[in-house]
Amino acid sequence: MTKKYLLLLLLFPTFLQAQDLLALLGEEKTVEYATASFKTNRVINGHSIENTAAGVLDFKISHRFSPVRQGLYDIFGLDGATIRFGLDYGITNRLMIGAGRNSREKIYDGFVKYKILRQCSGTKNIPVTITYLADAQIKSVKFADPSRDNKFTDRLYYTHQLLIGRKFGDRLSLQLMPTLVHRNLTESPEDKNDVYAMGVAGRFKLSKRVAFNAEYYYVPDGQIATSYVNSLSLGLDIETGGHVFQLHFTNSPDMTYKGFITETQEQWFFQGNDGRLMSGIRFGFNVSRVFTVVKPKELK
Amino acid sequence: MKKIVLLFVVLAATTTLSAQNYFTRDGKVKLDATSSTSPEKIEALTKTASCVLDISTGKIQWAVLLKSFKFEQALMEEHFNENYVESNKFPKATFAGQITNLSEVNLAKDGAYNAVVTGKMTLHGVTKDITANGALNVSGGKIRVNAGFSLMLPDYGINIPSLVSDKVTKDARILIDATLEPMK
Repeated sequence: MTKKYLLLLLLFPTFLQAQDLLALLGEEKTVEYATASFKTNRVINGHSIENTAAGVLDFKISHRFSPVRQGLYDIFGLDGATIRFGLDYGITNRLMIGAGRNSREKIYDGFVKYKILRQCSGTKNIPVTITYLADAQIKSVKFADPSRDNKFTDRLYYTHQLLIGRKFGDRLSLQLMPTLVHRNLTESPEDKNDVYAMGVAGRFKLSKRVAFNAEYYYVPDGQIATSYVNSLSLGLDIETGGHVFQLHFTNSPDMTYKGFITETQEQWFFQGNDGRLMSGIRFGFNVSRVFTVVKPKELK
Repeated sequence: MKKIVLLFVVLAATTTLSAQNYFTRDGKVKLDATSSTSPEKIEALTKTASCVLDISTGKIQWAVLLKSFKFEQALMEEHFNENYVESNKFPKATFAGQITNLSEVNLAKDGAYNAVVTGKMTLHGVTKDITANGALNVSGGKIRVNAGFSLMLPDYGINIPSLVSDKVTKDARILIDATLEPMK
């Protein structure tokens, strides 16, 4: 009887050997950051919680067109194109800068964007990503009234924005964007210098390479002239290797913060002067092409 | 009583023998999926592969965190994780196998050996049998492992869309370079 037990005991080390060898190393403790919450660093007009990676230069060309309602005569608005071209660069994985030029109102824009918090799980748990964006715009189009005492500062617009976002699983990402747009010079007394707005945006992946995006900016009453409306944009992100194509419909002809938040003129659908249903929907697209300027140091 | 003491001695001896494990947590694994017609390199490197080798039985296991693969181009890395290996769903690639020519490989003695390893490779939720040849260099109590093999990505449910087939090959080459140390 005892011998049997002894035999078992003798066999015991062999049992130990047969188990999972990697288990001997213990469980690796890691922090997993949420990645690719959006396909690019823009949702449609505004920014997303994504940054351009360190050492990467992102060349963007964007167009917005005239309202689709113009029909075939205007090939559904394509005749009236405005353009923004710009460069974004990732200094670190959390800090990026960018600049661009818009044909509409001849606006130059520049921004700094920093990831304050990064959504992660594992040994560290943070439920959301929080990014801060500071953007300045210079309107360089000639002053409408040259006889007025026009100052350079009258051309300046500033935007401060927090982007609070979360990736829910593989497909869905949502973000909130409390935003302040400051305008040194406004068109009318109805238009306040400081305009507070709340944006909400989301991404839903339809397939590995196609995603549906939506972006809406709500401006509480009493800050902008009543003729201005909120900006709503819906679009698709299509990714093909090194490019991301963002195709969308929007009611904002502007690609600058001060433009699409405070100066969008037409609703998606509205009643025209003759009482007929009209549509302010415009087609637009952004194309992003990335170039690796500085290789990741982990590869050296 | 004597018998019991003897037994413990035997037990202790067996346990020591069985603890001939060598390991690493910082093995290098290079992945090369560059197609012959590609203008750019589709390459990635990780320096955090884990491996445990039991030199008495020749059993060997590997684990690689797929998110640890670093590409030259950030977008490529994103596509690798999002579209190809789906590292959120399948975070690790693992291999569990056996040195089949253990009689020709005496890892307790310094020297250079050629080893043949067969076992099960798990990637993207699919497990396949593979065989690889490797060089083992034993010196100074450490074992350096160099091995190379190919993985047919579609076998693991990783499809290469025709749009990028001129850049990304289906037949990915894997190169391993790791130095295993005795586990205490």
